[in-house]
Amino acid sequence: MNACRIPALLALLLAAVLATALWPAPATAQAVRNVQPLEFHDRAEEQRFHALTLELRCVMCQNQSLADSDAPIAHDLRREVFNLMREGRSDAEIKAFLVDRYGEFVLYRPQFGGSTLVLWLGPAFVLLAGAIVVIVVVRRRAAGNRAALDPVDDGQEW
Amino acid sequence: MSAQPPSTGTPAGPDRGRLLLAVLLGGGFLALVLLLAWGVSQSDRPDRESLPSPLIGRPAPEFSLPVLHDASYSVGTAELQGQPYLLNVWGSWCPGCQVEHPVLARYAETKAIRVVGYNWKDEPEDALRWLEQFGNPYWVVVADYEGGTAIEWGIYGAPETFLVDAEGIVRWKHVGPLSDDIIDTVVAPMVEGMRTGG
Repeated sequence: MNACRIPALLALLLAAVLATALWPAPATAQAVRNVQPLEFHDRAEEQRFHALTLELRCVMCQNQSLADSDAPIAHDLRREVFNLMREGRSDAEIKAFLVDRYGEFVLYRPQFGGSTLVLWLGPAFVLLAGAIVVIVVVRRRAAGNRAALDPVDDGQEW
Repeated sequence: MSAQPPSTGTPAGPDRGRLLLAVLLGGGFLALVLLLAWGVSQSDRPDRESLPSPLIGRPAPEFSLPVLHDASYSVGTAELQGQPYLLNVWGSWCPGCQVEHPVLARYAETKAIRVVGYNWKDEPEDALRWLEQFGNPYWVVVADYEGGTAIEWGIYGAPETFLVDAEGIVRWKHVGPLSDDIIDTVVAPMVEGMRTGG
């Protein structure tokens, strides 16, 4: 009886382990396909490509740049950027091309204005508010100290 | 004789200043708390990482791709124009596509709209085997082997689903597996609206 149940229990356990291993499969996935490396004409082109892809975000793995990411869509997008460079498009045009298709999220440095105003001005605003608080506090303390010290200083030689 | 502290002369001045400072600081802190609370409340959305598509409200990108079942035919924006369609991006390599497959199949059976399969970066044999195994709910399946057209559509993962109206305007996009809830509350009413609204 027991001997018969143990394999069943083991199988159940195995199934559970397998299920937990497979469960957190990502909802969205990526095809796997190897792509041959890009061949640059010269060092300047390679540097330009590298600088450009560092400023572009990988849309799949959202916290990596296009230059760093190994996701297949990043391969495709790097090739697209490369081809656009070969077509003679400017950096701004290439960025606009990707923003048109994937949204402003692809830019690590979003454009100034509109919905990104808070993003750009927020830190400066917080810094300014902090500076005002510090100035007010320092001035008040200085005034308070002067008021408190004045009578004491009275009659002293120095 | 004793010097008067400047504050005693105008007692309302510094008090009002202090009150203003406290209100500003308190208000700022409260605003920050509200912002963070809003962020936390948004974090349980299953699609919190999906990017809003800039294509919404714009004409669908022009494309023409070979049909998976017979590559001598091509289907694209020109052939699909005139009636709305649901474009579903999938691949045999994609686990999420298996998850949504029964949902999509059930909705396709209602014949409310043409469901077009977009087989993305997939080997044709694998794709055909997948459809044989799980069933083919699609009106037609186009194959984008290289993934070039996918960039035009802003596709970055599978499954993704686009709703395009009769005029060829992209109306809606979903990233990730479709659920019955999404079909019932979002897709079906929009499709119904397209049929009745002309």
